[in-house]
Amino acid sequence: MKIHEYQAKEIFASFGIPVPKGKIAFSADEARNLAAEIGKPVVVKAQVHIGGRGKAGGIKYCATPDEAYSNAENIIGMNIKGLIVRKVLVTEATDISHEAYVGIIVDRSAKKPVIMVSAEGGIDIEEVAAKTPEKIHKLHVDPILGIKSYQARQLAYKVYSDPETAKQAAGIILKLYRCFMEADASLVEINPLVTTPSGKVVALDAKVNLDDNGLYRHPDYEKLRDVAPQEESENEAREAGLSFVGLSGNIGCVVNGAGLAMATMDLVKHYGGEPANFLDIGGSSNPDKVVTAMRIILRDPNVKAILFNIFGGITRCDDVANGIAKAVSEFRPSVPIVVRLTGTNETEGRAILAEAQIQGAETMVEVVTKAIALAGVA
Amino acid sequence: MGIFVDKKTRVVVQGITGRDGSFHARQMKEYGTAVVAGVTPGKGGTGLEGIPIFNTVAEAVEKTKANTSVIYVPASAAVDAIYEAADAGIQVIVCISEGVPANDMLKVYNYLKIKGVRLIGPNSPGVITPGVTKVGIMPGQIHKKGSVGVVSRSGTLTYEIVYNLTARKIGQSTCIGIGGDPIIGTNFIDCLKEFQDDPQTEAIALIGEIGGSDEEDAAAFIKKYVTKPVVGFIAGLTAPADKRMGHAGAIISGGTGTAPEKIKAFEAVGVPVAKTPAEVADLVEKKLAALYKKKAAKKAVKKTITKPRPAAKKSVKAKSSVKKVVKKAAPVKKAKATKPAKVKKSKPKVRSKKR
Repeated sequence: MKIHEYQAKEIFASFGIPVPKGKIAFSADEARNLAAEIGKPVVVKAQVHIGGRGKAGGIKYCATPDEAYSNAENIIGMNIKGLIVRKVLVTEATDISHEAYVGIIVDRSAKKPVIMVSAEGGIDIEEVAAKTPEKIHKLHVDPILGIKSYQARQLAYKVYSDPETAKQAAGIILKLYRCFMEADASLVEINPLVTTPSGKVVALDAKVNLDDNGLYRHPDYEKLRDVAPQEESENEAREAGLSFVGLSGNIGCVVNGAGLAMATMDLVKHYGGEPANFLDIGGSSNPDKVVTAMRIILRDPNVKAILFNIFGGITRCDDVANGIAKAVSEFRPSVPIVVRLTGTNETEGRAILAEAQIQGAETMVEVVTKAIALAGVA
Repeated sequence: MGIFVDKKTRVVVQGITGRDGSFHARQMKEYGTAVVAGVTPGKGGTGLEGIPIFNTVAEAVEKTKANTSVIYVPASAAVDAIYEAADAGIQVIVCISEGVPANDMLKVYNYLKIKGVRLIGPNSPGVITPGVTKVGIMPGQIHKKGSVGVVSRSGTLTYEIVYNLTARKIGQSTCIGIGGDPIIGTNFIDCLKEFQDDPQTEAIALIGEIGGSDEEDAAAFIKKYVTKPVVGFIAGLTAPADKRMGHAGAIISGGTGTAPEKIKAFEAVGVPVAKTPAEVADLVEKKLAALYKKKAAKKAVKKTITKPRPAAKKSVKAKSSVKKVVKKAAPVKKAKATKPAKVKKSKPKVRSKKR
């Protein structure tokens, strides 16, 4: 789950990582009031789930509350890489004498968290990694032992020569690691970690991605979820126990299992069609899930045909067939539907489909090619 | 033979009284798996269709000599279940549970590595050695005993591929779903290593998907150590970036983990990549045919080589490498000398069972 910068900063603060004061504003008026309240120059920052906000003009320095008003007015409603800005963070402006980078992710190959630091902060770290990888210092932490103070110091001294600054940075690295593990994050990042002219080290930006699988332990994080309008279908699917990702094609796909769902999308493309979505109905075969799946797909006006590719294991084909029949009678879809059922209870499933006069297919290739042909004439 | 599970496998089902646990305990038993125990805390002393249930895995191991565990508990209890099995002396743990936090798995993985315990999963459909034993949730009837090792990050996609293989009368030695999570106990490399050393396995089908670099690591390993033919498939060519595609591990992040990268990595080491799941069976069939042809030719060479020279020359025309040996009128011993070299290659130094 992605969360906003201001939410990430709240989490950082709860782990004792220093962050500048700030508050969230939903309107230009609110931004002006907050700026006045802070009583110092502020920075107004767009809160969207995407990087590159600064380049897009979504981050502005404001010397006065009136400037905060006008900048917030420009930023709220702005489209940044397809996402509309609905709120801004108004935060006190910080004088910067140095910018560094600190991030922690999981190294999937090494099966360990890896801490990365660089003296080249404030810019796109992926660019640094690609062009000058030697400027990024990495440390793998044994997850059983956890991070040791000396390791944090080692990393800090790669970036800072001043002992006082290095000490502060090492403290932040230790806290950031604790935050990464205890918050069930899949990524934590401070870019930039700044040193002020007075020598204070502060997290000027904050990025935290949370592991969906860990959310059950953090009920308080669930309310950090902010669903963008274009993600509403994904969210509805998630709440119903489905995985859905919208795409721009015209063949709706309903599949059980993530790997098979991806392979089905790829097969649609292989035979000259374009998949409209990824949809995994999961391992269980609750007919209601199928109904929800149909509702979500039928909402997409681009969809010209819907295919079902079901390989019954724990999922029972008759349950899915019942769900399809139920959805068809409920929604009366105008687009053609073609269904492939194989595996557990396939005979019963096919009988239900025949009864409901829904087209069947024998194989994965057949269901895909039929759906493409039907979409072409629709 | 087969890998990870065989006729010596004695299974304890953790979470046997749950909905999935009880259903699949029956299914596994029906398939012929030695399901010797079940564990549900508080239900010790009861049973399920003749399978005794214990309160702890330690007790189940002590009383029944279970050596393999399969876990069907909810995600929030799965990590504890894995530790319990490992500490009770279980050697192979198959975790079916889905939704285990990745940062927990970092600790689990590194702990089991120290203990030398094999974990398959989490979020795995399990592992089956067809005709011998099934430890998991896959439909047993679609499998057929044979010589192709199948390893995959997916469940139903594996069934699809196995179904196609079986339809072509191509049997499988062992089929493993390693799981769709970012941190899993057993990776492609571990399976490749075992398949390479398994006498029953003649060819390997490797079914990958977007996310991470397990496929790239597998390609590098194949180049170094695997002499058996391998064919590949990668799901997710049409997947958009930065979106989790069902599996927690199936995500293209920071522009890495894409399908084209993985396909390229496979092809660079001579592993053909099927364009569709159905084509996997085609490629396997071709590889096996080539293998049998090669074997037949070798046999023919062995036979003819002991005969007077002129005859030998005639029969091995097609095999240039062997031809050289024959041309030199090498004695039988020397002709065999090509073999040890190969054996050496097939036995990687990293072969210890502990990972």
